[in-house]
Amino acid sequence: MAEDDNGKLRAISVAEFFEKNRHLLGFDNPIRALLTSVKEAVDNSLDACEGADVLPEIFVQIQELGVTRYKVIVEDNGPGLPKDQIAPAFGKLLYGSKFVTFGGKQSRGQQGIGISAAALYCQLTTGRPVRIISKTKKGEAQVIELKINVKSNEPEIITHTTIDWTKEHGTRVELEMEAKYTEKKASVLEYMKETAIVNPHASFVYIDPEGQKIDFPRVTKELPRKPESIKPHPYGVELGILERMLKETSSRTLKSFLTTEFDKVGSGTADEILKNAGIDPKISPKFVTIDQSDKLVKAMHGTKIMAPSTVGLVPIGADIFKKSLESEYNLEFAYAVTRPPSVYRGNPFVIEAAIGYGGELPKDEGVKLVRFANRVPLLYKQGDCALTKATLSVDWKNYGLSQSGSNMPGGPAIILIHVASVWAPFTSESKEAVANYDEIIKEAKLALQECGRQLQMYVGKKFKREIAAKKKEMFKNYSIELAVALSDLTGKKKDEIEKDLLKVAEEMLATGAIEGEAEAAKEEKKPKRKLGAFKDSGDE
Amino acid sequence: MATDRAEQKDNEIIEKLKHAADEVVKVAKEKQNPKLKMPLRGLSNVYFDEKDKMIKLGDKQQTRSFFNIGQAKKFMQTFLIAASCKELIKSGKTTSIRDIYYNTKHTIGDTDENTFDEQDESDPVIEDIEVGFDALREELHLFANSKGSMVGNLTIMDSGDTIDLRKMGSGGWSIPSICEPHIIQFKNCEAKFVLFVEKDAVWRRFNEDKFWEKHNCIILHGQGVPPRGVRRLLRRFADELKLPIYVLVDNDPWGLYIYSVIKQGSINLAYESVRMAVPTSKFIGLSSFDQDRYKLPKEVTIKLNDLDKKRIQEILKYPWFQKKDWQKELTHMLEKGVKLELEALSRKHISFISETYVPEKIARKEWLE
Repeated sequence: MAEDDNGKLRAISVAEFFEKNRHLLGFDNPIRALLTSVKEAVDNSLDACEGADVLPEIFVQIQELGVTRYKVIVEDNGPGLPKDQIAPAFGKLLYGSKFVTFGGKQSRGQQGIGISAAALYCQLTTGRPVRIISKTKKGEAQVIELKINVKSNEPEIITHTTIDWTKEHGTRVELEMEAKYTEKKASVLEYMKETAIVNPHASFVYIDPEGQKIDFPRVTKELPRKPESIKPHPYGVELGILERMLKETSSRTLKSFLTTEFDKVGSGTADEILKNAGIDPKISPKFVTIDQSDKLVKAMHGTKIMAPSTVGLVPIGADIFKKSLESEYNLEFAYAVTRPPSVYRGNPFVIEAAIGYGGELPKDEGVKLVRFANRVPLLYKQGDCALTKATLSVDWKNYGLSQSGSNMPGGPAIILIHVASVWAPFTSESKEAVANYDEIIKEAKLALQECGRQLQMYVGKKFKREIAAKKKEMFKNYSIELAVALSDLTGKKKDEIEKDLLKVAEEMLATGAIEGEAEAAKEEKKPKRKLGAFKDSGDE
Repeated sequence: MATDRAEQKDNEIIEKLKHAADEVVKVAKEKQNPKLKMPLRGLSNVYFDEKDKMIKLGDKQQTRSFFNIGQAKKFMQTFLIAASCKELIKSGKTTSIRDIYYNTKHTIGDTDENTFDEQDESDPVIEDIEVGFDALREELHLFANSKGSMVGNLTIMDSGDTIDLRKMGSGGWSIPSICEPHIIQFKNCEAKFVLFVEKDAVWRRFNEDKFWEKHNCIILHGQGVPPRGVRRLLRRFADELKLPIYVLVDNDPWGLYIYSVIKQGSINLAYESVRMAVPTSKFIGLSSFDQDRYKLPKEVTIKLNDLDKKRIQEILKYPWFQKKDWQKELTHMLEKGVKLELEALSRKHISFISETYVPEKIARKEWLE
């Protein structure tokens, strides 16, 4: 809704809304617009493939057409779209079932408002239509160029032809837009790499504007389990949602409304809720007053109900997550953990964390934190994110990393956190930061601490090995020096003294008989001379 | 000059060093961890000897082993210096401790580690050898940089040269690091007392004013905390010539510390107190009561800072400052909250210090012990 000049409310189309609010949707600047477009297209492709039980093979290319003009091409091996669904899928905003009100299933789609938003952005910045090629197993490859009618939110097909496509099935989308390409943080390459890590069942090929081809092979041939749809849990219900559900339900009584529309509400639980709310179970949902709904929400939140079902959640899995991380980074050590499901405000979620250490990671930079929600990398707003907060709340010094104050710990390490949830809790429309729910922070912290413990064990062992090697080297070198001095003083042969000393060194190192490890530590803590306030003159 | 004695001493020291090295070689052959035993230096093994009135080294021993993480380097360094000293003694040369530092400093094997990184590292090792092998620094043929000058009614011999300390001009005779009897001998002494002045500049005032001639004495300074040579001379003046030693320092914690080092020795060189401390030395100023006594205006004083106050509190607890007069002097300094430099007396007039202050103090026996 928007106000017109006379102060009267009038409906505006979603497309119009987009045009006015594109900063909220990830198209606020040319760098981000490019990335968002790639993201939307890749999300679509992954969803399409998984929906059809196809192992995704996704091709992404960015072509530079001018200083600020780029073409994004994303092609998949998905099932392809039937002829008549192509135009609405790409040319109508909020088409499809992605904007579920509540409950539902874990999906990438909550991330943005869809590929049509990218199409609209292209149209607004270049005036060019979006070009789509799609082929199903049976049909011919359809080639459609379309624009979106901003007022009516309806696609307008510019051209529609068919071609011979070597692909058995799949979809290709080409978007021409005003954009800017960067190789810094939050780059397309970074996005590809991170997406590959959390989608180990997919293979990606990326061709950057310079024509360089980068392969991200798949790590597993196993498709993730298809998330089941789940009903909303009473604990997460708010008044507005309840009102709408009451209006839309086909249940005849309030009790049957509760038992059929909600997760974990059986007859007994429904009775208790209604008793607590003081409402007659037999009244029709249609006749519930605002006052009664308010009481009902309070009763739903206040009644003891079983934790929500977690069948809707599909985590990556610790083994695959670790393997996947290792396939993208050359690491010395990696570990991943998947926490048991937990709940925030009636929404089930699972936290997964992985840590990588050493190898190609830079030693002199802070740890890189990579955040994901429902297998989509979060590339912006790191500072506002609950996952960042959880990372900083861990005392990494206990886990083998350096850390000053409550800053990001020091490298060489990378930390990845994935939150999988039926309803990913973002802070705002831009969907780049997870909101600060205590339950999420707590779970993330526990996951990170487990990663930390494993890292600490590894680093501890490594440190011990290094110390041992250093000790050996030290005694060897000092023995050689000492032998020279002793030979000077005694007139005995240097080589022989050296040989004897080295023999003792070897033996003592082997039997662990070297002295002074504990003392050496103590010595450092001992305060210097008390009268040191008056340092004796050096050359006394 | 007792050359035979010196030669004998040289051989004795070489023998001591060789013996220690032989022991290490032998122990290593027996596949044991070579160890060096030596008196522990440092505060935990230092005590104030009430009878002799000086800081002395206790009898606690420390063992330094080679195959010990924390001690290996020092162990190696000890023998590096020992070997270098042996070469020195053999060649009949004497050199500075800085020279020895450079002589023994090199990179270890193909590492980037040095045998010594700073002279601060080699100096304590030399002190360890002095204590551990019971060898005086000069017996190791080592000396520190010279610091301090002297003039007075006295003739001395220095390495065979006759030196008349009455004819040393404005700069005075530079006091060497080693002032042992075999190097310096006292010949013709008319002086009746010795005045030690903390600072070079103030000492020059006394020299220019011919204080030593007028008052028949010896004047010397050590540029701050006096080095071994100056302290050894003071002790020999007290012992051999039975001269009273007067100490003139700034009225601040540092000045008191300098007096303290002359009188009872220092922690670091506790093992040398026996040869250097002068328990009879007298503190003639500046006193915290001098500002009022000599009506010095407020502007020539300097406020005590927090560190000064902390140090005065520490000094108040020193066993040798427990006499009533000392406690009064120190408490008064705290109460006044100011310090006074020797130069503050120049506010009266340039030569007030040499013509009035010191002569009056000595005449009135206004000193603390």
